[in-house]
Amino acid sequence: MDNSSYNIPYPSIDQVGVAERAARLMSRSIKKEAKIFALKLALNMVDLTTLAGDDTPGKVRQLCYKAAHLHDALPGLPHVAAVCVYPNFVRIAKEAVKGTDIQVASVATAFPSGHSSRQVKIDDVKYAVDEGADEVDMVISRGRFLQGHYDFVQEEIAAVKEACGHAHLKVILETGELVTLDNIRLASDLAMDAGADFIKTSTGKIQPASTPSFTLVMLEAIRDYYYRTGRMVGMKPAGGIRTAKQAIQYLVLVRETLGEPWLSNKYFRFGASSLANDILMQLVKQETGVYQSLDYFSND
Amino acid sequence: MAKKTLKTAAKPLTKTSNKTAENGHQEAPHTETALAVQKTYKLYIGGKFPRTESGRFFKVNDPDGKLVANMCRASRKDFRNAVVAARKAFGGWAGRTAYNRGQIIYRIAEMLEGRRAQFEAELVQLGSDPKSAAQEVQAAIDRLIYYAGWADKYQQVFSSVNPVASSHFNFSVQEPTGVVAVFAPEEPGLLGLVSSIIPAITGGNTVVVLASEKFPTCAITFGEVLQVSDVPGGVVNLLTGHQKELLSHFSTHMDVNAMIYCGNDPQISITLQTSSADNLKRTVLYPDTDWMTASGASPYFILDTQETKTTWHPVGK
Amino acid sequence: MPAISGKMEFDTAWSYAPAPENADHIVLKKRYELFITGKFVKPQSGKYFETLNPATGKPLAKVAEGSEADIDKAVKAARKAYTNHWSKLPAKERGKYIFRLARMIQERAREFAVIESLDGGKAIRESKGVDIPLAAAHFFYYAGWADKLNYAFPNTNPSSLGVAGQIIPWNFPLLMAAWKLAPALATGNTVVLKPAETTPLTAMKLAELIQDCDFPPGVVNIVTGAGATGAALVNHPDVDKIAFTGSTEVGKLIRRATAGTQKKITLELGGKAANIIFEDAPLDQAVEGIINGIYFNQGHVCCAGSRLLVQESVKEVIIRKLKDRMETLIVGDPLDKNTDIGAINSQQQLATIEAYLKLGQAEGAEMFQSSCPVPQNGGYWVRPTLFLNASQSHRIVQEEIFGPVLAVQSFRTVDEAVKKANNTHYGLSAGVWTDKGSKIFQMTQKMRAGVIWANTYNKFDPTAPFGGYKESGFGREGGLHGLMPYLKM
Repeated sequence: MDNSSYNIPYPSIDQVGVAERAARLMSRSIKKEAKIFALKLALNMVDLTTLAGDDTPGKVRQLCYKAAHLHDALPGLPHVAAVCVYPNFVRIAKEAVKGTDIQVASVATAFPSGHSSRQVKIDDVKYAVDEGADEVDMVISRGRFLQGHYDFVQEEIAAVKEACGHAHLKVILETGELVTLDNIRLASDLAMDAGADFIKTSTGKIQPASTPSFTLVMLEAIRDYYYRTGRMVGMKPAGGIRTAKQAIQYLVLVRETLGEPWLSNKYFRFGASSLANDILMQLVKQETGVYQSLDYFSND
Repeated sequence: MAKKTLKTAAKPLTKTSNKTAENGHQEAPHTETALAVQKTYKLYIGGKFPRTESGRFFKVNDPDGKLVANMCRASRKDFRNAVVAARKAFGGWAGRTAYNRGQIIYRIAEMLEGRRAQFEAELVQLGSDPKSAAQEVQAAIDRLIYYAGWADKYQQVFSSVNPVASSHFNFSVQEPTGVVAVFAPEEPGLLGLVSSIIPAITGGNTVVVLASEKFPTCAITFGEVLQVSDVPGGVVNLLTGHQKELLSHFSTHMDVNAMIYCGNDPQISITLQTSSADNLKRTVLYPDTDWMTASGASPYFILDTQETKTTWHPVGK
Repeated sequence: MPAISGKMEFDTAWSYAPAPENADHIVLKKRYELFITGKFVKPQSGKYFETLNPATGKPLAKVAEGSEADIDKAVKAARKAYTNHWSKLPAKERGKYIFRLARMIQERAREFAVIESLDGGKAIRESKGVDIPLAAAHFFYYAGWADKLNYAFPNTNPSSLGVAGQIIPWNFPLLMAAWKLAPALATGNTVVLKPAETTPLTAMKLAELIQDCDFPPGVVNIVTGAGATGAALVNHPDVDKIAFTGSTEVGKLIRRATAGTQKKITLELGGKAANIIFEDAPLDQAVEGIINGIYFNQGHVCCAGSRLLVQESVKEVIIRKLKDRMETLIVGDPLDKNTDIGAINSQQQLATIEAYLKLGQAEGAEMFQSSCPVPQNGGYWVRPTLFLNASQSHRIVQEEIFGPVLAVQSFRTVDEAVKKANNTHYGLSAGVWTDKGSKIFQMTQKMRAGVIWANTYNKFDPTAPFGGYKESGFGREGGLHGLMPYLKM
């Protein structure tokens, strides 16, 4: 099949137009059963994350328990999609979620800055995978990207993808450092062409992290890549998504940009640590009709 | 020095015609000078001087009834040809820089200055008194200079940057409306012509003008001035003939964007505005403008044949 | 691997539940009278007509049918108010009334939005987000001009004309009333306004606000009715100014009817705008611009981007994106907050649009409509539609349809795009999409239209002059230039 007509390399992006489109989508009014559906869907898409310098095995185990038992007081809840940790906690996490289908994701490639040698990054990935990671969240070399070394960036992603073996690769663009939507679009295309299974906005360490505009541009890149190749690439906004309302707005972006096939945790994830509890509060509120307090939901 | 020579050169024409009047028409003038070569007044269309395709004429006489010229009585087809020429010239003329248009209009003034005596003579020949003819030619030159100066300024006066309440840069500029048909004022013959067409061409329009029926000769001579003034052919097209005959053709033509009527015949105004509805041409009426005074010139005359174009573009934050 | 050329799948398990705008606080009268000399008065004929909710086809209220006698009464009231009050009032005081009206509209914006959607069929998202706030903004903008007119047109000592007769269309009922009233009042004229017969309700609500604002009686008079009522206003000998927004056909009638009179006229008429997409455009934003250009307000927009011109190298991808995007448009209840495309304004307009859909197919263009469901309830609905392979000589390319129907053509070069864009007797608006600055300016200069949207579409603002070239009318509304039609200079 000739798909050359869809092969538009890196179309330019108009920032104001993107903001208008995102705003329009975010103004969708999601009520009643549609809201409950969306909240449960969102919950099931969360990558529950701990990526702090003071992480310990204990902290990671607690996180994993929470991942599988979000709020036992409310029956019929899904669990989250994955837990996301540093490579040295992968084995612990893997054991903690045993018996569930919760995935274990590990950041790698000199997270979060990405400044190291190619070999160190590959070793980092191999270590995480050997420890049992189902998914690898890599960071791209933003410095090289901003220098215009696009081939370098793309080759590096391809090398990491190869090192991942069976593990799924999420490529973090670090949108807050790429700054422009044109850069974000270009980086998305580079990552997908290099074999990314997911593209992801941010490490969570840099502001702005995920915004609706960034996410929309990446979703549109995914759609164009699908037009071009027929391969479905996943999307993971991460950082800055804290409320159930925001999560629903992101789902609207997905629904109206990519449609039904992407509305599953196989193709869409939220990288977030505090989002799950806000969704839980909303679900309990929908159930009981009473506004909730965080005092009644476990932190981790 | 050059001015003096020209004045002298123009004298025989005046003298001859005066003498002719004194002596009645039977006798040939008893002068030593050679027989005056009379000019054939033709039309001015697309930068050329064709005769009317119709072969018709109308006579203009001096106040004593002596024939001055057989003027071309322009027809519907002459008008059509003039509109074609004007349309063809429009894109190029509107696309000139404002500075360039200003210089060309200034050049018209220069050429007119040099032929001052000829225009005075033509006006006097058709009944102006010499003093007011001189004033009129002076005023016409001044008016050209006035609009030459406006060419690169009216845009700044009438344009705007509009502070819209969204992330957009928004501005409005003036653009010429296109081909403008003009019924020039009956009087003053030269100044009225200049005052009614120059604002339109200053603003980048091209014009087809029907000259004063009473003073048509200076209009065609003005065409000669235009032709040597770097005004591209077709920017100004001059017809002579009868308003009543050409009115419906001027006002109904679908490729004319605007029409200016400098007169106060209510019947003409009604017909003009009624038939202008066919293509919604802009109608501009100057029923009582005193062209001889300062009120006969302002940038608002330019604005009368301009369109306002508003452009939006996003501004990133 | 999924079929690459297959459509995206937008029919999702997750569908949006109804999200109706709360309309509990809306009180409609059973019957609306004429607004003359600051009072609500019965029409002299005693006749009333019904205004319908186009989303249900059911009547909302009865509205007075103004006759020639009512128009005469209203013009006399306006003349009296002009002579005795409005022209004598210090300009800054005049401005204060208009400021007050702007504020009052903001306070009651929700109510106006709901009524606008009920009466006209437009999506509440738009009436709430565009129509009503812009109407208030328009009054606020022009209020401030009232005492500054000498700065607008230097050396002209501008003065008011007298009584203005204003006739407005049904596509943006309150907003068009604001476009007309605000500059007329700010420049010191008094007004007789005739709203469109299918959408009179927000104008009558506005009359209530004008009462609440304590405007001197007769400064604004509102006479409802159909074409004959408008004609009586146009022909009234004591009207100094006619401002009309509507069809080119009626605009020409008005030009003829006022020929030879002292009436100044401004006409804001039809359009058939080209929306031009170059291969170097921001493609996804361009698609959004195409959607917004033609499907905004059900396509009942004089400046709608109803002719899409796509550069051949990106035609396929643009069409594919466009079709996918169309699938996500929600057609239905205008009062639902998620509705993108509401009801067609009237049965008559529905018939017109449907006739063009048949015509387009008969002419040989290929029709595509989104597969969205539309209500089956007696309301007037049209799915978002596009015609592929349309030719310049097709009537669907030349004529204004005034509905959610887009004709698609392609081009290869800048010159061809300009020629196609300008090859129309209209000249209201145009759109151009390219990332190249020099090309934007080349295009915006060459296109013969009064409003050019570059890398955006269908944006409006009180400060931005709006109006057409050629048969799209003359005179400008909005901005400094919008003052001119109401002034003697």
